[in-house]
Amino acid sequence: MQAAERHGAADDMTGTPLVLNGVALVLDATGLVWHEASRTLIGADLHLEKGSAFARRGQLLPPYDTLASLALLSETVRRFDAARLILLGDSFHDRDAGARLPEAARTTLAALGAMSELVWITGNHDPDIPAGLPGGVAAEVRLGPLTLRHIPARDPGTGEIAGHLHPVARIRTRAGVVRRRCFVSDSRRLLLPAFGAYAGGLNVGDPAIADLFARPAFHALGARRVLPIAADRIG
Amino acid sequence: MLPQRFAAWFAVRGWQVRDHQLAMIDAARDGADALLIAPTGAGKTLAGFLPGLIGLDARARGQPRGLSTLYVSPLKALTVDIARNLTAPVTEMGLAVRIETRTGDTPASRRQRQRRDPPDILLTTPEQIALMLSGGDAAHLFAGVNRIVIDELHALAPTKRGDLLALGLARLRQLAPTATVNGLSATVRDPAALARWLAGSHGPPARIVMPAPGAAAPPHLAMLGTDGALPWAGHSADHALPALYETLAANRLTLVFVNTRMQAERLFQRLWAINDRGLRIALHHGSLDAGQRRKVEAAMASGGLDAVVATSTLDLGIDWGAVDLVVTVGAPKGASRLIQRIGRANHRLDEASRALLVPANRFEVLECQAAIDAALAGEQDAEVTRTGALDVLAQHVLGTAAAAPFRPDDLYTEVTGATPYAGLTREDFDRIVDFVATGGYALRSYERFAKIRPGKDGRMRIAHPAIAQTYRMNIGTIVEETMLKVRLSRPRSTGTGPTGPISRGGRVLGEVEEYFAEQLGPGDTFVFGGEILAFQAIVENEVIVARSAAKEPKVPSYMGGKFPLSTHLARRVRAMLGDRAARTGLPDSVAEWLGLQEQVSRLPGGDGLLVETFPRGGRFYLVAYPFEGRLAHQTCGMLLTRRLERARLQPIGFVASDYAFALWCARDIGAHAATHPGFLDDLFAEDMLGEDLEDWLNDSSIMKRTFRNAAIIAGMIERRFPGMEKRTRQLTMSSDLIFDVLRRHEPDHILIKAARADAAEGLIDARRLGEMLLRIRGRIIHNRLERVSPLAVPVMLEIGREAVAGEAAEALLAEAAAEMEQETGLAGGGTAWRGG
Repeated sequence: MQAAERHGAADDMTGTPLVLNGVALVLDATGLVWHEASRTLIGADLHLEKGSAFARRGQLLPPYDTLASLALLSETVRRFDAARLILLGDSFHDRDAGARLPEAARTTLAALGAMSELVWITGNHDPDIPAGLPGGVAAEVRLGPLTLRHIPARDPGTGEIAGHLHPVARIRTRAGVVRRRCFVSDSRRLLLPAFGAYAGGLNVGDPAIADLFARPAFHALGARRVLPIAADRIG
Repeated sequence: MLPQRFAAWFAVRGWQVRDHQLAMIDAARDGADALLIAPTGAGKTLAGFLPGLIGLDARARGQPRGLSTLYVSPLKALTVDIARNLTAPVTEMGLAVRIETRTGDTPASRRQRQRRDPPDILLTTPEQIALMLSGGDAAHLFAGVNRIVIDELHALAPTKRGDLLALGLARLRQLAPTATVNGLSATVRDPAALARWLAGSHGPPARIVMPAPGAAAPPHLAMLGTDGALPWAGHSADHALPALYETLAANRLTLVFVNTRMQAERLFQRLWAINDRGLRIALHHGSLDAGQRRKVEAAMASGGLDAVVATSTLDLGIDWGAVDLVVTVGAPKGASRLIQRIGRANHRLDEASRALLVPANRFEVLECQAAIDAALAGEQDAEVTRTGALDVLAQHVLGTAAAAPFRPDDLYTEVTGATPYAGLTREDFDRIVDFVATGGYALRSYERFAKIRPGKDGRMRIAHPAIAQTYRMNIGTIVEETMLKVRLSRPRSTGTGPTGPISRGGRVLGEVEEYFAEQLGPGDTFVFGGEILAFQAIVENEVIVARSAAKEPKVPSYMGGKFPLSTHLARRVRAMLGDRAARTGLPDSVAEWLGLQEQVSRLPGGDGLLVETFPRGGRFYLVAYPFEGRLAHQTCGMLLTRRLERARLQPIGFVASDYAFALWCARDIGAHAATHPGFLDDLFAEDMLGEDLEDWLNDSSIMKRTFRNAAIIAGMIERRFPGMEKRTRQLTMSSDLIFDVLRRHEPDHILIKAARADAAEGLIDARRLGEMLLRIRGRIIHNRLERVSPLAVPVMLEIGREAVAGEAAEALLAEAAAEMEQETGLAGGGTAWRGG
């Protein structure tokens, strides 16, 4: 999917502005969100060590997913010079993921923590964040009127940024359908695409996602930019 | 010669034992492997079993019983059919022989019993052989086998299932060293290659047995004559429907073959629309529910049908009843495929089979004529053997370990005894063993999750019994497409996307392949189950559709690339074009078309390559006529586009058919070629198959598909891989993500090598393209024209029908976004923010 196209040179990456209940945000082609006012970068669903979770059960997937995800995360933190990085849960694929983290991954995380303040929001895959990592742990974080949490709330209140659902859109183009990870939003809620190299996707037409939004806007991840897509192109 | 009991049985039936049947008995007595090559109806099955039956009959009383004869066929249904056909002579001769079948459908309890108390003759499939070989009791179970019969060998050997069976045979030769192998095959191009396959690369090739020529009556072959002009392009053969219907009415049971499921669906629907005489016409293809197929088969056998529209699911050897006539709609694409299908009509050797070919367009007339000529000349073109796949080897290595610990040196010797793996290097073998053990990654992080480990004795053994369990659940080389249910939305629904609520809860109509559903956008219409449906959305694992009033489906029923035109038929078509005499007898509209082409340009023919260039609608076209099949043409078009970009001729697009390809540029490619001598020679130079091919292939959707198959067969991912997050709604993690990560971090991984080999062989036809480039070197004829030539019309009509190529996705997406940006008043580009 878009993972293959995410390695564009950092300096030609451009963001797309989005205003959520008065808060100015920027959607980034990596699937992260930038809040300039607080110099905060936000991401969701890294699913680190998903590969080794499979390997443990006999499916020996390439053991590079964690390093791939962390490399892109570090690069993006550097690109924005972010003061804070908030991860919206399911950062780790399972409770044992910490024990399986390769040494190189711990080193990268330590470096990330030195660059910016790390905040781990807990998710259903990682109710406990592995010990010995930099940063703090929270169930929710407030950002002005917005609440940052893992699972979208039934009522987004004064605004919400959430993950958990891994939205993917099937986009009709002139010559066929293209499938991409995407942001879904309306005036009060922003749903982030999964960031992890091995994180799967859920079609935005699925009721689990569709029912959250009255009039959703879709922003698909392109190679170097985020692309706004009309609702009637999606199915 | 024949034991008394057998001779008496032949006499009672009033039959004469045939020479080739005796030759098979001779071979068995000499302890030689034997390959029987004969058309259907030659008593092939009996010939294969006679030596075994004679051996079983001669078995001394009181001798311990056990598995003696193994019969392997590619089809479950065939094992059942053969069991029935074999039981009759066994009963009539009063032989004390127990015959049983074992397939994926056999209940587990009976399979267990069969291992404890095996029959004398077991009829089974390649997958079941692999399954039985992976058991701890394999050595004991197979020790007494003295005969192995492999049916429809011509269909098995050139496939991955054939690779799996060849490896299984190599194993069986170790477990049952005295066993001899009999292969049964239809006529093939290269019998010697098949004989080597059968006997393995370490022994003498199998003895080849063929019935005397002339035993079979030559088939009656003709093209269906139709009134009016033939279409320029397309694959529907609608122009021939009335004539086809008359033909069905005039014959008893007719088998109508088409090349794809969608074509079958569409033709079936069209025939019923004009079925005013109430002919009993049925549909048979692989996606239909098994019960439905069995019903059709039973109706055929009992004479309850007038016609069956079928795909290749009916290609193989089952005798379904008295088929009067075989019709193939659309060109058969290969001489062997035509001969195989003709064989479905009339299973008696001494009566001529009748077949009718229905060309769907003008080029197909030439191709059908070439196929008829080739079939009458008895020329075969199907590949007989192949190089063994590495993913299948990985599966076999794990299966071997599941049965008993193995020494790598011994296993290497054993697998190179399987002919497809005769050329396997020790390095690749070791990499596959390493892959099976820990994934074979440069980053050695999975030692603790190893599936097989060396013991102190140097033997590799399975790490945990659960691994053998998983292996057995995932056995086989056929990777089923992921299927999605097709469900009608409730009639009142007007939903068109996730924004409008989609009402589900309607009836389920059947299943379609996920890759097919993935290319549909909202509102696209397609034929399914004999009706036209409009796609609404994919919700969870269901395709939500509504009935459509459309007369023509928008998504073409022809899914390209299923069978490319064979090299052999291509050569014949080129020869026909180059030889005026060979073209007499072609329909008028075709003769006129070719005559016109000769006037305004010229006909391609022989070994050269005709290239035409012409301007049209502000663009500059290049059309080439290599006749090398759609896959090779697509690859060629893709690679030429890259070169034209570098030459700054601004290529815009290309399209390929089985016969030709067209590409178009913003700049005048014809003028450029005319003013730059040697330009076309350089453009078509063979080095396009180097780096350019690698670059393109690694990024292509083709590699993603072959990688998925290889990853499943090799055991990297399990068959039920998506949906493992046990929830009702699926978070599907596609194998594409795995491929992306692997190719960026370890592009030389053995599984990428396996996927690339599959793509090069099966989907991009790189070898064939290479042969073509070699053939045309120095023989390119450039005709610069004012306008499109008659011969170019068919391929020009394909423009716009092609689905999106993976590479263009980004540009198409940007285009879709630009439209949105314009609507919303946003400036295209959205450069509001730049990090860093």
